[in-house]
Amino acid sequence: MAIDVATVRKVARLSRIAEPEEVLPALAEQLNGIMQWIEQLAEVDTDGVEPLTSVVNQGLPLREDVVTEGGDASRVLANAPKSVGGFFVVPKVVE
Amino acid sequence: MSNLTDLTLKAALDGLASKQFTSVELTQAHLTAMESARALNAYIAETPEKALQMAAASDVRRASGDAGPLDGAPLGIKDLFCTEGVGTTAGSKMLANFKPTYESTVTSQLWRDGAVMLGKLNLDEFAMGSSNESSASGPVINPWRAIGSDRKLTPGGSSGGSAAAVAAGLCLGATATDTGGSIRQPAAFTGTVGIKPTYGRCSRWGIVAFASSLDQAGPITRTVEDAALMLGSMAGHDPKDSTSLDLPVPDFSAFVGKSVKGLRIGVPKEYRVDGMPVEIEALWTQGTAWLKAAGCEVVEISLPNTKYALPAYYIVAPAEASSNLARYDGMRFGLRAAGSNLTETYENTRAQGFGDEVKRRILIGTYVLSHGYYDAYYIKALKVRRRISDDFDSAWTQCDAILTPTAPSAAFALGENASDPVAMYLNDVFTVTVNLAGLPGLSLPAGLSSEGLPLGLQLIGKPLDEGTLFSLASVMEKAADVSQRPQSWWRASS
Repeated sequence: MAIDVATVRKVARLSRIAEPEEVLPALAEQLNGIMQWIEQLAEVDTDGVEPLTSVVNQGLPLREDVVTEGGDASRVLANAPKSVGGFFVVPKVVE
Repeated sequence: MSNLTDLTLKAALDGLASKQFTSVELTQAHLTAMESARALNAYIAETPEKALQMAAASDVRRASGDAGPLDGAPLGIKDLFCTEGVGTTAGSKMLANFKPTYESTVTSQLWRDGAVMLGKLNLDEFAMGSSNESSASGPVINPWRAIGSDRKLTPGGSSGGSAAAVAAGLCLGATATDTGGSIRQPAAFTGTVGIKPTYGRCSRWGIVAFASSLDQAGPITRTVEDAALMLGSMAGHDPKDSTSLDLPVPDFSAFVGKSVKGLRIGVPKEYRVDGMPVEIEALWTQGTAWLKAAGCEVVEISLPNTKYALPAYYIVAPAEASSNLARYDGMRFGLRAAGSNLTETYENTRAQGFGDEVKRRILIGTYVLSHGYYDAYYIKALKVRRRISDDFDSAWTQCDAILTPTAPSAAFALGENASDPVAMYLNDVFTVTVNLAGLPGLSLPAGLSSEGLPLGLQLIGKPLDEGTLFSLASVMEKAADVSQRPQSWWRASS
């Protein structure tokens, strides 16, 4: 299950990280090193074992479906790279 | 008055209470120390005006008999905690200009109890690292040096700034976070005390997320008693974090100095790893001897899946990180880089904003969650996580707490492990099991290596049993009597 250059290119695309073509071989080698080390997990017998997703032994709490904090667009927009008239400004999405 | 930065948090609070000095004096002493210690690169941002303002307000409160549990105590804050109006970078270029409009729950509780903020402490980028070298602000330098050497050593990571600042007297205590060992390993490397409480004790709200099922906040301090004091303010239920435990916060300080007679201490045989330095093994044995002398019974236990904890962690943590860090898309906050279309804007933003280690983990996380690999890697890792957690559950039938080394070595040189990610990951071999199982773990300074560098021991407790850890740690702290501080070479060089 080795990671080749094509796989790194695909995963970088899925991750939305621009990785220049020339770094892909080195990156593939690094990720392979890490994944090979991870492969030892195959030795563990996990038949019939339930995956552990949370160590908190309580159900997720529920609350009333009401606004708690809100109504202050200026705080929400304070760190926006670009905003106009109370809105985020994003690059053109539809040509 | 000249040694206000040498006081423990407890002694400083006593001094404030008995009017030996004011919070403004205490805070100013720390600000001066910080200025002369910039060579350590422990602080990303110093906030002197805010600090003096908060200190003056504290002095007014104290004068009117209104002082909180930490009133007037100057603390450092890891730059992963959002602080209202004060830049919060997470050690990343991505957040270089991010100024939160809200305060993290943990820090707001510290201010509620009267503490003073000195500044924001350096860390590995997004808390991903074990040496502080992945920080966009550059590495922190350990205040400790090997005897007769001026080689720059790592303070550990990711809470390297927190640990270095506490060790060097640049704050009375610091907040930190721990996802795989990021409180305990730096504490061990700097001769300080650090505790990662039970998962859910401290609210994660307002802490920049790395791996949400593993991240926990905790304090780094110079003594066990100080850690208990600080954790008491940091912990507590918060409706804004759905995994925050709705339980009362025990009086952790009351456990310090309590008898540990009759407690059973487990020593896991699987922690005797190949290549562990003899002096760490000897220190571990010494630790058990101290606890025996205090009336504890030491039992050998088995945690058979220990060696699989790190590989499981390096699936679970990157998987969660790749999902958490998807929010950095350049649209709502953080860096935005130019691109000719939307996708390119995303890709360029993330390529420029993230450093190499963060990118590596996002790629691994995306890979193990991608179609065709999800079951083979991610689900497999969660099953191994269950087995590791089960190992602890069966250990608790034989013992009340577990004693291990904190890290497999003393502080290493900056650059020493930088080229091999897996070698760097192995730093967390003794700490990461605790995160996977959600248990409390405390590291305390237990001795010095032959080179004169601090070595730590780790105590692991049952869920919610931080109290026992504080009792055991205070016994060991007394026995170890590690009163040495690093020599302040950084002052001469500035």
